[in-house]
Amino acid sequence: MISARTATPRKVLSALFVAACALCVALALVPLAFVLFFVVSQGIQSLTVEFFTHNPRPVGEPGGGMANAIVGTLILTALAAAMAVPIGVLSGVYLAEYPGSRFASAVRFAADTLNGVPSIVIGVFAYAVVVLPLRHFSTLAGGFALGVMMIPIITRTTEELLLLVPNALREGALALGATRARAVFTVIVPAALPGIITGVVLALARIAGETAPLLFTSFNNRFFSTSLVQPISSITVQVFTYAISPYEDWHRQAWAGALVLVTIVLVCSMAARVAAARVANIRGR
Amino acid sequence: MRSSDFGFRVAVGAFAAALLLIVVAIAVTLVNDSTLSIQKFGLRFWGTSNWDPVAGEFGALPFIWGTLYSSVLALLIATPVALGIAVFISELCPNALRAPLIFLTELLAAIPSIVYGLWGIFVLVPAVRTVETAMPESLRALPLFSGPPLGVGMFAAALILAVMVVPFTSAIAREVLRTVPPSQREGAFALGATRFEAIRAAMFYARTGIIGAVMLGFGRALGETMAVTMVIGNNPQVSLSLFAPQYTMAAVLANEFTEAADALYLAALIEIGLVLFVITLFVNMLSRGLIWSMARQASPRRSVLVPRGAEA
Amino acid sequence: MNKIVMCYLAVALTAAIAAGCGGSSEPVTANSSSGAGTSQALQINGAGATFPYPIYSKWFSEYNTLHPNIRVNYQSIGSGGGIQQVVNQTVFFGATDGPMTEDQLKAAGGRILHFPTVLGAVVPVYNIAGVTGELKFTGPVLADIFLGKIKKWDDPAIAKLNPGVTLPATDVTVVHRSDGSGTTYIFVDYLSKVSPQFKSQVGVSTSVKWPTGVGGKGNEGVSGLVTQTPGSIGYVELIYALQNTISFGSVQNAAGEFVKGSVDAVTKAAAAAAPNMPADFRVSITNAQGAGAYPISSFTWLLLYEDPKDKAAGKAMVDFMRWALTDGQKYASDLGYAPLPASVVMLEQAALDQIKVS
Repeated sequence: MISARTATPRKVLSALFVAACALCVALALVPLAFVLFFVVSQGIQSLTVEFFTHNPRPVGEPGGGMANAIVGTLILTALAAAMAVPIGVLSGVYLAEYPGSRFASAVRFAADTLNGVPSIVIGVFAYAVVVLPLRHFSTLAGGFALGVMMIPIITRTTEELLLLVPNALREGALALGATRARAVFTVIVPAALPGIITGVVLALARIAGETAPLLFTSFNNRFFSTSLVQPISSITVQVFTYAISPYEDWHRQAWAGALVLVTIVLVCSMAARVAAARVANIRGR
Repeated sequence: MRSSDFGFRVAVGAFAAALLLIVVAIAVTLVNDSTLSIQKFGLRFWGTSNWDPVAGEFGALPFIWGTLYSSVLALLIATPVALGIAVFISELCPNALRAPLIFLTELLAAIPSIVYGLWGIFVLVPAVRTVETAMPESLRALPLFSGPPLGVGMFAAALILAVMVVPFTSAIAREVLRTVPPSQREGAFALGATRFEAIRAAMFYARTGIIGAVMLGFGRALGETMAVTMVIGNNPQVSLSLFAPQYTMAAVLANEFTEAADALYLAALIEIGLVLFVITLFVNMLSRGLIWSMARQASPRRSVLVPRGAEA
Repeated sequence: MNKIVMCYLAVALTAAIAAGCGGSSEPVTANSSSGAGTSQALQINGAGATFPYPIYSKWFSEYNTLHPNIRVNYQSIGSGGGIQQVVNQTVFFGATDGPMTEDQLKAAGGRILHFPTVLGAVVPVYNIAGVTGELKFTGPVLADIFLGKIKKWDDPAIAKLNPGVTLPATDVTVVHRSDGSGTTYIFVDYLSKVSPQFKSQVGVSTSVKWPTGVGGKGNEGVSGLVTQTPGSIGYVELIYALQNTISFGSVQNAAGEFVKGSVDAVTKAAAAAAPNMPADFRVSITNAQGAGAYPISSFTWLLLYEDPKDKAAGKAMVDFMRWALTDGQKYASDLGYAPLPASVVMLEQAALDQIKVS
C-alpha cells in the first residue's frame, strides 16, 4: 500500500482509480440484488413440480404451470442460435480477415445498425416476411426474429476479438503453409474462442428475455406444441400475459417464470464457458 | 491467391452478405410499409410534436427527443461503471473473485426486460420519487429538475436503461481487455508506471474494441422497449427536465402497434420504426468517424493480406 | 474444430427432429390444423382484446374438456391487434372491445360478423390522501378532469358532488393508458357522449391524444401508477379494481343516479340497450338509459367471418358460440363480467345461422 512517505500524486491517483473500479462493481451489484430479491421473493412459492410439468390453467383454477412455455423458449432459442451463430461468427470472421474492402465496411455498418433496431421493429419485420406470406403465426417466425436480433452482437464481438489475436499467430500459420481457411479455423478462431463464446452468450441472454418480437411471430399457445408451423408458447410472452393480468396467482407464476428464464440463461452461459475452456485446453493453450 | 483461399473468401463472404441482405430487407420493408405516412407528412413528421391518432395527425419529434435523451443519459451513467467493472474484473481483482463476479454481471444481462420493467414500477419509481421530492427548491428552479415529482420520467428511464446496458458493455470490454497482450502492461510497468497508468496503456491499445463495446451498449439503449415504457411516463413532450414524463420511439411502437387498425396510423408507427433505423445509421456513422480518427494514431492491427516490407 | 462442428450438427439435428415430430404433417389451412393422431384434433387460433381474456381462457378450457378434440388458442394482444390479425387472416377469429369501423370492415377479404359475448365495465380509480370512501363523479366532471381543466382535488366541481368528504388541495395527476386498448375506447366513448369538448378535442379510439397526464402500460401499469402516486386518478376494468381492491368512485348515469360499477349495474345497462339492438350488434351502451344502469359499460365482441375458408373450424366455432351464449354465461359473474341479457342471446343464436359451415 501507499505509505505517507512515498505517496506521490501518481500513486494516489492510481489508488483512487482502483477504488473507483471497485465501487463500480458494487454499484452494479446493488440493482442486481434488488431485482433478484424482488423476483425470488415474489415467485419462489410458485416453483412447484407442477409448474414444470403442467400447461397453463385458466384463471380461478389453482395450479397449472408453464411446461409448454419452457419447452417453447428452449426451441425458439435453439432455432435462433442455429440461424444466428453461423451467420454471426462467419461474418465476424470475414470482417476480421478482409477488413479493408468496401463490402466489409458495408457489412460492419449494417451490423451496427441492426444492433440498434428495437426488438419490436424486428418483430414487425418478421411478421411481414414470415407470418403474412404463410398466413400463420409460427415457431419459425419467432426463431427468425430472435435470430436476427442475435446476429449483430455475435458478429461485432467475433470481429473485435479476432482482430485482437496477435498477428504473429496468423502469420505463423500462413508461413507454415496453411490455407486461409485452415489458419482461421484451427488457429485464430480457437485463440479468440472464449471471447466469441461470450458474444454468443450475451446474444442469447439478450433474446431469451425478449417479449415484443414474439408477440407477432410465435404468438403464444395455451397448449403444448412443438410444431414449427404452429404458434408456440414462450416464457417471456406468458410472463407478460400473466404480469399484466389482475390475478395474484398469475402474478406469482409470472415471477416464477422469470426465475426459470434467468436460470436457463445462466446454465447455458456456464455450459458455454465450460465448453470454451475445454476447447482451449485441447488446443494446449 | 490460392483457389482454396478464394473459395474461403467467397464462402465466408456469403454469410456476411446474408447479414447485409437482412438489414437491407428491413429497411425496404420499413420504407414500403410507411409510404402512406411519408407521402402525407413528409419531413414534417420529424419536426412536429402533435401525435393524434384520432385526428390522423402524426408528428414524431417528442419520441425522437425522448429516445436520444434517454439513451445518451443512460450511456453517460453506464459507460464509466461498465468500464470500471471490466477493468476491475480483468486487471484488479483477486483470482478467486473473478469467476463469481463474471457470473454476477452476466446475471444482470440474463434478466428479462419485462422483469426490469415491473421492478421499475414497484421499486425504482418510488425511490426516484423520494429523491425528486427531497430535491431542494433552489435546484428545482433549474429546467433540468423542473416539474412535479412523479417518479416516472426521464430519470427513472435513464437509470433503468443504464442498468440494462452495463452488463453488455462491461462483458465485451472485459473480453477485449483480456486479449491485450501482457507485453503492453509489462512494458508500462517496466517504465515505472503505476497501476492506473499501466491499465490506461492497455485500454489505449484496445480502444477500438472498447468503443465497439460502448456502441453495442448504446444500441441496446436505443432499442430497449419494455422496461422503458413502464417507467418513462409515456407522455409525448419535449422537455429538458429529468422529472418530466416523456416518450421514446420504441415505447410508442410497442404500446400502439397491436391496437393500430387503420392504415395511416399503422404507416405512421412503422415510419417511427424507420426514423429509429435512420437515427441508428447516423449514430453509427458518427462512431465510425470517431474510431477511424482514433485508429489513425499508431494502429496495433495490420492486415495480413498486404504485408508491407519491414514493419517497425 | 471438428468436434465443435459435430456437436453443433448434433444439436441442430435433434432440435429439428423433435420439432418435426410434434408438428402436423397434413396441409394447414388458414389457422387451424388437424393432427395426425387418432382423434382429429382441431387447433383454432384467435387473437384480440385483453379485457375478456380471463373469461375466454376459462371458456376455451371448459369447452376443451367437453370436446377434447377442439383446441382453441386465444391470445390477448389487444382489440386493434385482434382486428388487424383477423383482417389479415393470420388468425381464425378476432375479439374486440370496440366494434370495427366501416373502413376496417371494407379492408377484410370477406364479410365479418360481430357477436357480443359478455359485458364489462370501466371504473375511475383514485388515490387521494385521507379519502378512503367512495367519491361521486358526474360525466362532465370526469371529462374535465381528464381534459386537464380540473387541476386540484378541492376544486368546487368535485367538492359539490361530495359534500361530506374533506378533499385536500393537492394537484390532480391523470393516469391513462399508454398502450392502445379497448378499455380506453370504452372510457373515451363515454366521455365523448357526456362532454362535447372532450369529443372535439380528444375523440374516440383505442389510442387517443390525452391532453394531460402520464401513461401506464396495461391495466397493471395504470393501477400501479395510481396506487403509488398520491393525488392521482385513472381508469381500469372493473375486475381489475375488484381483484386489487383499489378505491373506485361511482359515476352518475343518464337517469341521474350515482351508480358504482358492479355486475348487476352492467347487466341493467345492457338490458336498456337490448330493445334497440342493431342487426350487426355493433352498438355502444355507454351512458345507457334506465334505472340502476352503470354508465361506463360495454359489450365485447367476437369477430367471425361469414364464409370461412376452413369449414370444420367454422362449424367448431359456431358450436362453441352456442355453448358460450348459454352454458358459458354462468361463468361470467364469478369472474367479474356481466352475462348477456336473454333477448340479446336470442338474437345472436339467430345470427349464428348466417355463418356458412358447409
